[in-house]
Amino acid sequence: MDFSLTDDRRMLADMATRFVREKYDIESRHKFAASDEGFSREIWGEFAELGLIGALFGEDVGGFGGTGFDLAVVFEELGKGLVVEPMLANLVAGKLVELAGSAEQKMLLEKVIGGETLLAFAHSEPESHYDLAHVATGAEKTEKGWRLTGHKSAVLNGDSADLLVVSARVSGDVADEEGIALFLVNPHAKGVAIRGCPTVDGGRVGDIALNGVEVSTHVRLGEEAFATIEQAFAAGIVAVSAEALGAMQVATEMTLEYLKTRKQFGVIIGRFQVLQHRYAEMLIEIEQARSSLINAAGHLESGRELREWNVSALKNLVGRVGHLVAEETIQMHGGIGMTWEYALPHYAKRLTMIDHQFGDEDHHIERVIALSAG
Amino acid sequence: MDLNYNDEELAFRDEVRAFLKDKLPARIADKVKKQQRLTKEDMVEWHAILNDRGWLASAWPKEYGGAAWDAVQRNIFEEEACRAGAPRVVPFGIGMLAPVLMAFGSSEQCDHYLPRILDGTDWWCQGYSEPGAGSDLASLKTTAVREGDHYIVNGQKTWTTLGQHADWIFCLVRTSNEGKPQQGISFLLIDMATPGIEVRPIILLDGEHEVNEIFFDDVKVPVENLVGEENKGWTYAKYLLTHERTGTAGIGFSTEGLAQLKRIAKAQKKRGRPLAEDPLFAARMAKIEIDLAALRTTNLRVLQDAMSGAASPADSSMMKVKGTVIRQAINDLARRALGPHALPFVSEALDAGYNEPPIGPDYANPVAADYFNNRKLSIFAGSNEIQKNIISKLNGL
Ligand SMILES: Cc1cc2nc3c(=O)[nH]c(=O)nc-3n(C[C@H](O)[C@H](O)[C@H](O)COP(=O)(O)OP(=O)(O)OC[C@H]3O[C@@H](n4cnc5c(N)ncnc54)[C@H](O)[C@@H]3O)c2cc1C
Repeated sequence: MDFSLTDDRRMLADMATRFVREKYDIESRHKFAASDEGFSREIWGEFAELGLIGALFGEDVGGFGGTGFDLAVVFEELGKGLVVEPMLANLVAGKLVELAGSAEQKMLLEKVIGGETLLAFAHSEPESHYDLAHVATGAEKTEKGWRLTGHKSAVLNGDSADLLVVSARVSGDVADEEGIALFLVNPHAKGVAIRGCPTVDGGRVGDIALNGVEVSTHVRLGEEAFATIEQAFAAGIVAVSAEALGAMQVATEMTLEYLKTRKQFGVIIGRFQVLQHRYAEMLIEIEQARSSLINAAGHLESGRELREWNVSALKNLVGRVGHLVAEETIQMHGGIGMTWEYALPHYAKRLTMIDHQFGDEDHHIERVIALSAG
Repeated sequence: MDLNYNDEELAFRDEVRAFLKDKLPARIADKVKKQQRLTKEDMVEWHAILNDRGWLASAWPKEYGGAAWDAVQRNIFEEEACRAGAPRVVPFGIGMLAPVLMAFGSSEQCDHYLPRILDGTDWWCQGYSEPGAGSDLASLKTTAVREGDHYIVNGQKTWTTLGQHADWIFCLVRTSNEGKPQQGISFLLIDMATPGIEVRPIILLDGEHEVNEIFFDDVKVPVENLVGEENKGWTYAKYLLTHERTGTAGIGFSTEGLAQLKRIAKAQKKRGRPLAEDPLFAARMAKIEIDLAALRTTNLRVLQDAMSGAASPADSSMMKVKGTVIRQAINDLARRALGPHALPFVSEALDAGYNEPPIGPDYANPVAADYFNNRKLSIFAGSNEIQKNIISKLNGL
């Protein structure tokens, strides 16, 4: 047993830490978030240069990492800085290409890793809630390829991608696991209409209408896609949970500092036992979240059942702990915790909204139950 | 025991319903129901409509132009008003300052200020909190030093809700450093147009301008603007806290919030079925409904006790804690119900004139922001920790 990081990962973590600390203060973050695309192309270029994007993918596609622990290390640091650059979107969409793409399609990832091409995964739909198999968007066979028709909603960074990975149904019923296909779609193609929109936690999403979009045969990614999507989501969940862990740490550190300095009734408020206990409670739960993250990251390369059980356990736990930390850190700050100018509530908002990505607490407890029964 | 309103109360409820149906402008109710921004004009307009009917100052005695409703009537009005989508009555003048003036102010002050509150001439805000004095309000530092027939006020107030609209502010100020901190506080009325006052916005976590910082730099306030006696302000402020029991539970808001939550849960789909039918989600909703049904009765019990003078001082603290916890839980569930649709947030869409088609379901946009904004409920008006301290203390711990 060894819970220490390898030297390579330690270096990766240090680099990410330094970058976030030196280049990513909260004012810059707000500035990037408020820009048209919702992030900075310049920062994205630096991520590429530093190899942070490469760390998300395996060596055979030009990366130098891609395992659960690589993702965990990078995203934890991003979470500490509330980074708004589209790492998560590119990780998940890139994983689909890495997992299911042909040799030629995988070449694309070199450009992703180099920071030149941005991807997004257009999967979620107005009525899918968190159901992975829910795909109403249809892919109809044509002479030259496929015609895609449907509506994708809340697509993470879907408004800035150079290339979309779109899920669509080639056969079966709306919620069948079988019959889902993936296509690489040019967002500027005829019939694609994208409306970008900010999110409440400083990100961006795209609402994407596909009105009979014609695509050629060779843009299809692999064959049956459900298992691929599940596996890419597993990577996404490890990543976003690590991000949450980073955010939780900063939020509790800020709170500790506040408990030690804010005075009311002639003493620091950290002297009030009710606040001490609640602070302690958060620390206990955060350690739980960290261990759960280690479980899932360590099983990201395991067989489906083990992987998925641990991933859903992680996302459920992070949902619960994130909620606790978000509400408690605001509460313990009093009015200051409610203000835009102070960084803390932005961490709380991100923590809360992470529960709305890749399935919430309830979705994942159902999966844990189902996977335990199986 | 009779759990129902009596005939008289029911008749009153019908009268309130008829009035709301007739007089509440649809434009304003629509904004409230869609959780859009209300302008100052909207709030002033609604006040004027209520005042025409004599219902603006529901708790004031008739001699001052109030409705003199008892606690149960006020409760009925609150429930009906929330249901109809009426804006809340801005509490600072009507509910906070006026009772203090009636109890401790001079008759000149009552005659001057009360009619102006009713007819909308003066918009009041509450200047209690300071950067260093929140829960520990008695440690406030803003000073008022007597010079001839004026006080000279220096210092800073903060978190002043809707202070950007205010014509006047009622402040707790320090007039003495002798004795316990509570003993040197006075209750002072200050015209916001006086030179030396600066109002700066504080933007909250949802991006909204709701509260302000107010700076006082050698602000000259006539001594007539002192309420009651010098150094007795703490007693007056406390009087208010123990006398204002209705509304602290926010039953009307919770009832309306729960109805909205149910609408969302019915419209949202999970695996092709309404989310409301999902066992996990249904259980979460049912739990809140159980809590709210119990709190509604607790509230009525407290109101009855208050009317017969038998209320325990811990009651309002209990109602504040449970009422806010339930309201926040409803906001929390509404956000959860939206799934991925909780993420998009277009701030401009909170304005009534916004014409772009919504991203996602038309009810989704304000929900997450509202959840974040309502974290304030457990912080202000005496934080929930402070309320629990009070309950324990009153029970001898
Ligand atoms: C949106 C909003 C609107 C407001 N509007 C107004 C207004 O119009 N006018 C006005 O005067 N004020 C207003 N307030 C201020 C409000 O009353 C204060 O925020 C509140 O009293 C808490 O004070 P604080 O923010 O300084 O927090 P603090 O008092 O610093 O508290 C920080 C934390 O410590 C806890 N704590 C403090 N003391 C104890 C203790 N003894 N035991 C256990 N825990 C303790 C608190 O519960 C809280 O969790 C508003 C606040 C907000 C957020």
